[in-house]
Amino acid sequence: MLKLEGVSKRYGDENTGVLAVRDLTFEIGEGEVVTVVGPSGCGKTTILKLMAGLLAPSSGAVTIDGRPLVKPPLEIALVFQDYSASLYPWMRVAENVRFPLDPKRVSSAEATGRVERALESVGLTRFADSYPWQLSGGMQQRVAIARGIAYQPKILLMDEPFGALDAQTRAELEDLVMRVRDEFGVTIVFVTHDIDESVYIADRVLIMGPRPTYVEQELVVGLPHPRDQITSKEDPSFAHLRGIVYRSIRESTQAMASVAKDPER
Amino acid sequence: MVLAVIELAARTELIPSRFLPPPTAVAVRIVAEAAQGRFWLAIVDTLAGWALGLGIAALIAIPAGILIGSSEFVYRATRPIIEFLRPVPSVALIPLVFLLFSPSLEGKVFLAVFAATWPLLVQTQYGIRNVLPLQLDTARSFQISRHRVIFRVLLPSALPYLATGLRIASTVSLILVITGEIVLGAPGIGKAINEAREGAAVELMYGYVLIAGMLGVMLNAVFAGVERRALHWHASQRGTTT
Amino acid sequence: MSGRRIGLVAAEILTPVLLLAAIAIWTNTASSFYFPPLQEIGEAFAENWLFARVASDVLPSLFRLLAGFLTAAVLGVALGVLLGRVAWLRRQASPVIEFLRAVPPPALLPFTIIALGVESPAKIALIAFVCVWPILLGTMDGIAGIDLTQRDTGRSFQIRAMRSLFRVELPAASPQIFAGMRTSLPLAIILMVISEMVGATDGIGYFVVQSQRTFALPDMWSGIILLGILGYLLNLLFSLIEGRVLAWHRGAREQTR
Repeated sequence: MLKLEGVSKRYGDENTGVLAVRDLTFEIGEGEVVTVVGPSGCGKTTILKLMAGLLAPSSGAVTIDGRPLVKPPLEIALVFQDYSASLYPWMRVAENVRFPLDPKRVSSAEATGRVERALESVGLTRFADSYPWQLSGGMQQRVAIARGIAYQPKILLMDEPFGALDAQTRAELEDLVMRVRDEFGVTIVFVTHDIDESVYIADRVLIMGPRPTYVEQELVVGLPHPRDQITSKEDPSFAHLRGIVYRSIRESTQAMASVAKDPER
Repeated sequence: MVLAVIELAARTELIPSRFLPPPTAVAVRIVAEAAQGRFWLAIVDTLAGWALGLGIAALIAIPAGILIGSSEFVYRATRPIIEFLRPVPSVALIPLVFLLFSPSLEGKVFLAVFAATWPLLVQTQYGIRNVLPLQLDTARSFQISRHRVIFRVLLPSALPYLATGLRIASTVSLILVITGEIVLGAPGIGKAINEAREGAAVELMYGYVLIAGMLGVMLNAVFAGVERRALHWHASQRGTTT
Repeated sequence: MSGRRIGLVAAEILTPVLLLAAIAIWTNTASSFYFPPLQEIGEAFAENWLFARVASDVLPSLFRLLAGFLTAAVLGVALGVLLGRVAWLRRQASPVIEFLRAVPPPALLPFTIIALGVESPAKIALIAFVCVWPILLGTMDGIAGIDLTQRDTGRSFQIRAMRSLFRVELPAASPQIFAGMRTSLPLAIILMVISEMVGATDGIGYFVVQSQRTFALPDMWSGIILLGILGYLLNLLFSLIEGRVLAWHRGAREQTR
């Protein structure tokens, strides 16, 4: 349903600008959980913004259900890494979740129902009237996820959403993401730099190459559902896939380091 | 304690009471004055000038600040003009006001508006320009309409700056209104002070100066209170966390 | 991208030019008594301020302004240090200072006329009296807010009190001291102008009011414009000084870190 064909993105003008993304081609199918993993600084966030319609590609096309993406579409909701800035501190939790529901498109009763259901599925019903800054980081990111769910998108795009959280909170939220997919049937694109995470929650992993980035390798994760933080990670195929991702990223990092030393190459 | 020292200095004529009357005498005089209608009228006149000055300045400065703050082009085009006009002392316009207005409400309000607009305009502009890009990206990603972005994202996020701007503008408006009353002779506390001086009623003059000071303190307190309530979510008002 | 940048620069340069042109055209065609043609104001400006009246009016005004402001700065910093250090004195004085600061400054004008007359010292005293409070409060907060470890470090190295004051405490408080001065500067200009308007025999404020009373409108406008330019330049000068002093302060702090 979401398709990128020959997409490249250059910042700045033709001669002096920086090429961040080159010739990116992949497709996300309905109901999938796809993770995008790559070395730090490879341009993952650029890819995400291209998919969200927040950035226009320099060449190539991004389409959703065959329509070209010119601005952020109704089918997509975003969850950013920096929850403290992307949640509005002057709105209560419920107001934050409700905010994207435009009164012109969604009736008031409908909106109230959606907010309640979304908060319930992330386990924050009790905190509807709190302010986001009164909650812990993990709870704030749950609010951002609830906001994404309440919007009822076809695709939930998540930009390193758990990057700033501690390991235990992160594990809880990874399981939450998979539950949300099952409960709401939403497609999830999940950008991360955490290798275990990229394999654990994914149906498919897109491994990105060094900057200017492209799809280096694509892995299908055959681990059975529902996944479990202990048993899934003990599965030999988990270790195998994790190894593939790790090797690919290590090579890319080395490639980037040698480019940095010798820019003529 | 400070008051007691002044009282003693004045009673013993250490400082001639012609210049600095004893605080008790001033208090007695102003209480007597408060029984008269003109006392309250002067306060109402001054407050009306202050409110109009601040209100009109807000009506001009806030929309203009939003417009300027949200467009780089407009910001650049207006910057030299604003940077030049802002430090111009509005009292320089007093002679013009003498010519254009009768000594009434309009003249002093004109001065107050001219002076109060700049700080508010500049603060609004800063506030809008300092909105976190992620807060706007978030709104954009959810396809939120321009109207709602302005009222639910831009304005609340600029509110701390707006509050500072309003507080400064309020002080400035009061200063210029009283200036207008003293220099132009528009009715109000300023005029009352000047008339008391001309009539050599020193205690009464000090009494009105005190009243002017109390108005200043009161308006400051009101704004500080409103600020605390409106910005309870803001980091500066909530101490710790994140 | 670069085309856009050129457009922005052009906008920044062109709008003031266009505005001036519009004013010139309007004042010439509207033939309003109150708004004489721009070139007449320009002529009056050159005649009055380049440099015929500089010695008789501009210098007295600037002298009052600077003398008042500097007196306020010295007094404000000195008293601020005292109150910043002595907590019980600060508690006693704070309400009085807060009140005096809230008094709208022009309300004090009649008082200075009674107590001190209309000569230059009276105006200087008025400017100083009004400008001292923001500087005093800024200094006081700055000094009182100094990190205890910072002060104790000084003490542990047996640094003498005077050196500690000039090398540690005042630099540490300088951002707040400058914030206070920034609040005071426009007050100084306002008071200079209105005190010259109400009772004076020279100065720019006096000149402007006299021109208005004799209906010499181009002269009046030239004075208003001069005041505008002075306000702008003083502000600029202040920003430059502040930038230098605080840059030194920042640099010094980074080094000690």
